Amino acid sequence: MSPPLAPPGWSRWLVPPAALAVHLSIGQAYAWSVFKPPLESALHLDGTQSALPFQLAIVMLGLSAAFGGTLVERNGPRWAMTVALVCFSSGFLISALGAQTQQYWLIVLGYGFVGGIGLGIGYISPVSTLIKWFPDRPGMATGIAIMGFGGGALIASPWSAQMLSSFGTGHSGIALAFLVHGLSYAVFMTLGVFLVRVPRGDTPGAGASGPSSVAGVQVSANSALRTPQFWLLWVVLCTNVTAGIGILEKAAPMITDFFADSSTPVSASAAAGFVALLSAANMAGRIGWSSASDRIGRKNIYRCYLGVGALMYLLIALFGDSAKPLFVLCALVILSFYGGGFATVPAYLKDLFGTHQVGAIHGRLLTAWSTAGVLGPLIVNWIADRQKEAGKHGPALYGLSFGIMIGLLVVGFVANELVRPVHTRHHIPAQREAADAQRQQPA
Amino acid sequence: MPSASSPPSRRGLIALAWLWVGAPLAYGVYELVQKATQLFTG
Repeated sequence: MSPPLAPPGWSRWLVPPAALAVHLSIGQAYAWSVFKPPLESALHLDGTQSALPFQLAIVMLGLSAAFGGTLVERNGPRWAMTVALVCFSSGFLISALGAQTQQYWLIVLGYGFVGGIGLGIGYISPVSTLIKWFPDRPGMATGIAIMGFGGGALIASPWSAQMLSSFGTGHSGIALAFLVHGLSYAVFMTLGVFLVRVPRGDTPGAGASGPSSVAGVQVSANSALRTPQFWLLWVVLCTNVTAGIGILEKAAPMITDFFADSSTPVSASAAAGFVALLSAANMAGRIGWSSASDRIGRKNIYRCYLGVGALMYLLIALFGDSAKPLFVLCALVILSFYGGGFATVPAYLKDLFGTHQVGAIHGRLLTAWSTAGVLGPLIVNWIADRQKEAGKHGPALYGLSFGIMIGLLVVGFVANELVRPVHTRHHIPAQREAADAQRQQPA
Repeated sequence: MPSASSPPSRRGLIALAWLWVGAPLAYGVYELVQKATQLFTG
């Protein structure tokens, strides 16, 4: 499939909704927990088993983004969005069959394996195209799309819960809910497939370079892996995401524990409100901080994420239990940096490696997310459990975790400081780039 | 009125596309705000 070139007069403002149609859909993954209790009671599963489809989906997200990135670059965003649509929707349809026949392995295979491939390909599908349409504002453009991934869970969580309460939480009700999800997401994502276009060379905006990009730099995905810049950014993303997950993973019990002995303890519903507020900060950070990076530069914004992030953790550790507003404010800032870190990284990659295969390079960098997804919860949960065994309670349960998070953020800060422009030996020769561009033109 | 050679206006399509993705997102944000207020009232 050749990349869909934009006809004359095609507006670049049609591309962000195309990207959002995909990201708002695949962001449903973070609302999987809605299906867990009904599945556990209908199919007699324990908590570990009911988490399997989500865990496999996240693993497949990382793998398909890492290994499918080059294919996405070669075949273009419409191909990628079609693959994402087919895989993500089929995943739900296979799961519907699994729930109806009470064959749980079909749900794991459908939602986890097939749907997970849709997540990975869908996540990276619009990145390169958005950067090419918005070379003057790549941070804002990718921020809109990646905000959609956060927004997907906000939509799916109440929607899925409403559906289950209407259809029932037995295996037939779950099957019907999966079926409706599969069909609805297929229709919703079709907008992205129809609207996405690759800019022509003469399209306004295309070809201009952003304020912080190094003009003319183009590095292939394979060469990027051999540069220190890629691995330094890998460390930056991994530490920033780990720090965010450190709060996100145990947000509700954390705020409850911090103020358990105070005159104003936090109720369960207030803790749920705190978690919701963190989701809002995460989403706002994706679009807000990423857009700001277009003005103040990518390196500076990561200095802020990592440096101020470490300071926020320090404030929580030292004074968090003395004032609830301070605790909430610091946590919100950390979560906004977590979202901002995700959304800004494609533009940082574009600055360093150019637009040639930025989607594929981004896909490979997402292995840092998978690593952080394991590391963050492991640190916070393991340490909190050990501290509890040692008889500690309240804020003391988290002190050591916060210390580790501060250390990780400092490591990320140093890695960001070490990022320099990519050496010219990794650049693609101009002739080869021109030949590639010629090959991508339709006959 | 655009001349025969000028590209067609995409304003309607742009509005429709943003409404398509904006409406469900607004629903999600509304539900989120409802829940978040529990931090101050709960």
